[in-house]
Amino acid sequence: MTSILAALVFVAGFAAYFVGRQRATALAGANPAEMHSRPSYHGFFGFLIVVICGFGALILVNLVSSYQMNSAMMSTIAERLPSSSNIERQLIVSDARALAVGAVASASDDLRQELAASFARMANIWAWVRVLGVLGLVAMAFLYAQNKVSLTWRARNQSEFLVQIVLGVMATIAVLTTVGIVLSLIFETLSFFSKIDWRIDKFLFGTTWSPLSGVHSGEMDADKVGAIPLFAGTLMITMIAMVVAVPIGLFAAIYLSDFASPRFRAIAKPMLEILAGIPTVVYGFFAAITVAPLFRGAGDSIGIPIASESALVAGMVMGIMIIPFISSLSDDVINAVPQALRDGSYGLGATRAETITKVVLPAALPGIVSAALLGFSRAVGETMIVVMAAGQGANLTANPFEAVTTVTVQIVMLITGDTEAETAAGPAFTLGFTLFCVTLLMNVAAQRIVARYREMYD
Amino acid sequence: MDDLRLVERDVDANNVKISAQKVQVYYGSNHAIKDVDVDIEDKTVTAFIGPSGCGKSTFLRCLNRMNDTIDVCRVEGTINLDGEDIYDERVDPVQLRAKVGMVFQKPNPFPKSIYDNVAYGPRIHGLASNKADLDVIVEKSLRRGAIWDEVKDRLDAPGTGLSGGQQQRLCIARAVATEPEVLLMDEPCSALDPIATAQVEELIDELRQRYSVVIVTHSMQQAARVSQKTAFFHLGNLVEFGETGQIFTNPEDPRTESYITGRIG
Ligand SMILES: Nc1ncnc2c1ncn2[C@@H]1O[C@H](COP(=O)(O)OP(=O)(O)OP(=O)(O)O)[C@@H](O)[C@H]1O
Ligand SMILES: [Mg+2]
Repeated sequence: MTSILAALVFVAGFAAYFVGRQRATALAGANPAEMHSRPSYHGFFGFLIVVICGFGALILVNLVSSYQMNSAMMSTIAERLPSSSNIERQLIVSDARALAVGAVASASDDLRQELAASFARMANIWAWVRVLGVLGLVAMAFLYAQNKVSLTWRARNQSEFLVQIVLGVMATIAVLTTVGIVLSLIFETLSFFSKIDWRIDKFLFGTTWSPLSGVHSGEMDADKVGAIPLFAGTLMITMIAMVVAVPIGLFAAIYLSDFASPRFRAIAKPMLEILAGIPTVVYGFFAAITVAPLFRGAGDSIGIPIASESALVAGMVMGIMIIPFISSLSDDVINAVPQALRDGSYGLGATRAETITKVVLPAALPGIVSAALLGFSRAVGETMIVVMAAGQGANLTANPFEAVTTVTVQIVMLITGDTEAETAAGPAFTLGFTLFCVTLLMNVAAQRIVARYREMYD
Repeated sequence: MDDLRLVERDVDANNVKISAQKVQVYYGSNHAIKDVDVDIEDKTVTAFIGPSGCGKSTFLRCLNRMNDTIDVCRVEGTINLDGEDIYDERVDPVQLRAKVGMVFQKPNPFPKSIYDNVAYGPRIHGLASNKADLDVIVEKSLRRGAIWDEVKDRLDAPGTGLSGGQQQRLCIARAVATEPEVLLMDEPCSALDPIATAQVEELIDELRQRYSVVIVTHSMQQAARVSQKTAFFHLGNLVEFGETGQIFTNPEDPRTESYITGRIG
């Protein structure tokens, strides 16, 4: 229904384009220079105004109708079941909607049947409103545009203005989405903190993490939400990953940019980038199925007990995942160091090694640091590898051969576990918000460093 | 006429520092230097002049193998430094460049402090045994580069923060700090004001007492002032090479004459 209407709006838009252009061409006649805007702009203006009005009406009617139907049903439920919780009411509404279109509902009782019937009635009325409203507005826009065609009508400026508005709306949507996500993170975090009586210190510094054990729905025990084991586990795995990724990535970048022959470079660089394209879930089961048993076997043979899920394995595989990231970014910044600087160094009788360590790397250092920071924030937020290879128990240890858990793993467990969403969401959102703050900080730092580095050569 | 030249060359042969024979340079398929023979003498300033794009920089870069860093560049012929072929496999370009220093056409200070820029060469070649020695070398080089007075209070400031002309003089100071036997200067004064230019020319004159200097310049007056020998390049050919006085007052080739008098450029 809606998609047919949308298609119709487009058809009307194209019609407005051709008719408008046709009329403008005819009007201009033999003397097109007297016309303010070229005919295609008259057509384009028609297209824009028809499409904007059509879609505007469509979106508006859909928003209003769903709001009206929802609130009507909600108020009915509130009358019948005054003691029900918000979640229950929403469940009933979605059941009623499902029944109305003949889909499967979680339960079917009198109230739901009644609501379904009234929903169907309202939906029927709204469908007519939608068709008539949209088509009516489209027709009006069409006539308006054709009516406007004249020698002096500034169709070009007007269409540019409309395009500008459309672009602005799109940009606003993108920004608002971000703002919305961040706000919801913040509110959920605050509501979680209020449940633990604002003992934020217990969350940040407590050492026991089992937020869902032995709590009644909707409540939290401040003594069981200590996230230190999670932070420690995340940090340990990230550090192992960086220890693997930074040297290998950096040396690979140095080799590629200053030593490799152009032919080797042409092959190796895309290969590294392919490594970056491997889905992390593949790395995850690679870690769990291939690397972990290998390490455990090796550990057994030299007498070190290595758990089958260990920080070491997860960290190393994560390091491999980050290598292309660091090498590719470092390679870019090393290449951005002007050849003239290298020439200056060679011209003074410096060797290649001296040139690289004393001139190229110091000049590229800010960029390399920011590459490492970006890699770090990737590692902190990485989920799939640690879910499969790191372990689930919140276990505070400094031994990399033992299983540890990370912030991301705990979020996954909270959300996919069978505890009801309302209880699990609080700690999950709070962990997510913490993660968001850390990554944001890292990225901002990295960007600042890169910006300062750019200034040096421009 | 030819005989006369031969005699002249024979006399000079004993103190020839660099001798280039039948040098060809190709950038890919672009034949940039064609069959150039030049003898650069010790304790002499040699000027390379010629219109833009004629290959002066390219030839200059052959003399310390800086063209090695350009992938597409190919050099043929022989270039001898003190009688030894510098393109021989046994010659290490690193050692060669320590002996044959270079100031580039565009100033290229390192993104380090002024002090570290100048100390770079002495440090890698181990010319100073302690900090005091290094300080002496840095100060002396900056003085020779005619920039000491301007930077003596801010030796820790980044070299990239200087003006273009100051950067160029810093690069000159950096090059003389390693005490090269031959100094190649590619338009060292193109960004300098008349006072700094005069100071650099003074430096060139001073260097000549001990070393040989090759300078590329677009200023006829400068070539006439500082050089004893002048080579005129045109479209990759060495058109004329001889005593500076001779080239400027009595050129043999009509192309040289028209370039000097400003008719080709
Ligand atoms: N890196 C390079 N790659 C390819 N061709 C080059 C390169 N450098 C110079 N050339 C070519 O070699 C020729 C000579 O250039 P060169 O820089 O030696 O001229 P020049 O005499 O120094 O000119 P100018 O007085 O403008 O500095 C030119 O045709 C130029 O296009
Ligand atoms: Mg040049």
